[in-house]
Amino acid sequence: MLAFKLALRNLLGAGLRTWLNVIVLSFSFIIIIWLKGLLEGWDRQAKNDMIRWEIGGGQYWHAAYDPFDPFTLSESHGTIPDVLSDSVNNGTLVPVLLSQGTIYPNGRMQSVLIKGIFPEQEVLALPSTKLKSDGADIPAIIGKSMAENTQLKEGDYVTVRWRDKNGTFDATEIRIAAIFETNVPMVDVGQIWLSIDKVREMMLLPGEATLLITDREGWQSEDTDEWIFKDQKTLLSDIENIIKAKSFVGIIIWAILLMMAMLAVFDTQVLSIFRRQKEIGTYVALGMTRGQVVKLFTIEGAMHSVLAALVAAVYGIPLLALQSIRGISIPVESKDFGIAMAAKLYPVYSLALIAGTIIIVLLVTTIVSYWPSRKIARLNPTEALRGRIQ
Amino acid sequence: MNDEVIRIEGLKKHFAMGSGRFTALNGIDLSFSRGEFAGLIGPSGSGKTTLLNIIGTLDVPSEGKAIILGESVGNLSAGASAALRKSQLGFIFQSYNLFQVYTVFENVEFPLLLQKIDAQKRKKMVFDALEWVGLTDKIKSKPAQLSGGESQRVAIARSMVKRPAIVLADEPTANLDADNSHNILQTMEKLNRELHTTFLFATHDDKVIGYVRRKIFLFDGKVAKDEKIEKN
Repeated sequence: MLAFKLALRNLLGAGLRTWLNVIVLSFSFIIIIWLKGLLEGWDRQAKNDMIRWEIGGGQYWHAAYDPFDPFTLSESHGTIPDVLSDSVNNGTLVPVLLSQGTIYPNGRMQSVLIKGIFPEQEVLALPSTKLKSDGADIPAIIGKSMAENTQLKEGDYVTVRWRDKNGTFDATEIRIAAIFETNVPMVDVGQIWLSIDKVREMMLLPGEATLLITDREGWQSEDTDEWIFKDQKTLLSDIENIIKAKSFVGIIIWAILLMMAMLAVFDTQVLSIFRRQKEIGTYVALGMTRGQVVKLFTIEGAMHSVLAALVAAVYGIPLLALQSIRGISIPVESKDFGIAMAAKLYPVYSLALIAGTIIIVLLVTTIVSYWPSRKIARLNPTEALRGRIQ
Repeated sequence: MNDEVIRIEGLKKHFAMGSGRFTALNGIDLSFSRGEFAGLIGPSGSGKTTLLNIIGTLDVPSEGKAIILGESVGNLSAGASAALRKSQLGFIFQSYNLFQVYTVFENVEFPLLLQKIDAQKRKKMVFDALEWVGLTDKIKSKPAQLSGGESQRVAIARSMVKRPAIVLADEPTANLDADNSHNILQTMEKLNRELHTTFLFATHDDKVIGYVRRKIFLFDGKVAKDEKIEKN
């Protein structure tokens, strides 16, 4: 307790020197927490958006379906098994039929993935109700990125060509009924969405689907020979891997920031021990053991981070809270990243993140403070008293 | 009752110097009683500071014995010698060695904090000590705001606040003018008489020599002369 009292007295007594270090350290606290919060927010938003827009609670895949091999698409479809048809009928399982096709926007030719989905579905966030047709034309919806790439606007007509199950090419005109905005490139880039009934009719595949998307996590799967259930965790594994890679980069940045902050503390400690030799000698003369002086200097160094945490709390809490409410604008198009990334990210600052950062910084500061302080144990007090450099 | 507080027997201190060694103290035999006001007098290099450091348990003898308040310096553990300094020994240094970031009050309070004396008692003891040296009006000042004489008086208060048995003063007047030197010497003499604290000076300053009641002349690490002066 005495060491804490003396350390605090020494720190406060040192005035500006202390506060400069504390402020620098508090910046590190804020930047570390902000960076981690931003990555955490990004991770959560990416996963949530993928669940809402693309994967739902999990998916049944047709046994032949391989999303990484477009040549399998012509074979990866089948009728919905009886055990799942009730779920499809009550809307808890949404069938999606995939097919390759080509569109010709403004005289250009572009390969697309045609996706058929029920207009009434409520499992994915797609504005699929816009796919309801009065029979006059074929409504389609596309994402904003797709619209920008093809320069298609709402109300435009565009020719789409496909090959049915017999290998026969056919073409028709579709109307862009809506352009939706999403952060998930996998439902946007290079894709058009039509009513599944229309796609089945075009493909000559009545009652068939490529995917069946569930509405909730923890779906009790009933695998059949033709349909394989992929749970949400499996479907999120790619993004999890990207997040892991991103987290590794985050850890490196975090470590660099921490090292920079610790360098300031280490530097101060080394300088302190160099400059305060006479003071160290006086402590010993007045009755402190060298071990107690080492402890005092270590606590002094570590206390920088305690003061920094307090200072950081004063300006950091309002600043970070404001950011987590208003979000941070990201001036990059989501398609450039290949994963779901919103135009605005909302950092997530959990208690574990804040407490963890404070504890780690405190521990590292203590170690960094102790390291140079060990030199005190080797100082000759009679030489130190005279202020002789040892 | 045995009033002996310091006993030195055949004390030698060697320091390594290059491939050889330098003998700073070469067979010192001395004894000091409670309440003495004595000076170790000699030129630079005569061994007076080395002797003071050993008596202050900041250094250990190479040979011989130094027994302080019944404790043999060479046999004390680091903790035991620190405990002895904390409770029984006071130090006054040539350049005051005050803690620059502390106020006068905090500087004087420091030895009491180490002894874990409670706050109320501590406050009274600090005020008493500052009253002895006439600095009660400077309690909130920092050392940088004090004159040399005032700083040394704070150092005296700090050394005396815990009522030690022995005060060791290494060239206490070296950085002071004549008036301030006399002032602080009178203060120390007064404390010595009132509290019966043993004062031991290492000095070559004539002003200090004029005040001490026992003069021990050191030369080349040996006691050249030891004389007691009767004063009223």
